[in-house]
Amino acid sequence: MADTTTTREPDAVSTWDKAQRRIGEGPGRLLVSVYGVFTVAAGSRSAYQLIAQYHKAPLSYVLSAVSAVVYAVILVLLVRGGESARRVALLCCAAELTGVLVIGTLTIVTPSLFHDQTVWSYYGAGYLFIPVILPVTGIMWLRRAAPTPADS
Amino acid sequence: MISGLTIAVSAAALLLAAWCGYATWRDQPTKDWHVIGMAVVSLLALAQLVVAVVEVANGHKPSGGSVIFFLYAVGAVLTVPAAGFMSLLERTRWGSAIVTVGGIVLAALELRLVQIWGGGHG
Repeated sequence: MADTTTTREPDAVSTWDKAQRRIGEGPGRLLVSVYGVFTVAAGSRSAYQLIAQYHKAPLSYVLSAVSAVVYAVILVLLVRGGESARRVALLCCAAELTGVLVIGTLTIVTPSLFHDQTVWSYYGAGYLFIPVILPVTGIMWLRRAAPTPADS
Repeated sequence: MISGLTIAVSAAALLLAAWCGYATWRDQPTKDWHVIGMAVVSLLALAQLVVAVVEVANGHKPSGGSVIFFLYAVGAVLTVPAAGFMSLLERTRWGSAIVTVGGIVLAALELRLVQIWGGGHG
């Protein structure tokens, strides 16, 4: 018998358990990884900047810290799983996308507001544009992971 | 010294990313050989950190600041092992995709490391 097709017996895992874990598995695990990287990256960077050079660009550093918090919240929600976590994560991804778009636009329209780069400056250009791709991918994945009638 | 190692780490990281990207495309999880590849890339990044510690101890001042430099250097060492760990949890093509992203992230970190280290005399 092929080993790849029988890894998960439908009866062995309850539907509750399945729904509970699903958003953090498969493609979701890739999202967990990237959100993990961004939580650490944005978190440690903004923590250092807030401590060592707060007066240089307070707004930029606080915004970076806010983005770190958003990444951390989504990370936790993805790992915890479950339907309510999925819905809250969708909201957070929407907030994240709004943040990237607003900050990205502001850095282009009124660059004088920002005395240093934030994670979301220029739509995340300093981070390979991942900050703008990530929430879109997250929303697509979380919508696809919605429970189907067969689950309930 | 740092710049040579940086090029080696970046090239190895991108190779790893391409290799695991190929596994993703073929719908395969990471295999033992991939894990060995991750170990090689991680050891290169670790060597870079050690060399950087020695050079800073000998008086080199990273132009972007020592604290920032070492934050990034330690991050560079941990990136691929973390991706490898996640790929062992996720025994599907998505595990390979995670290592692909890990390799690209490491290459990006190397780019930042060069900027922070300061041009010309690395």
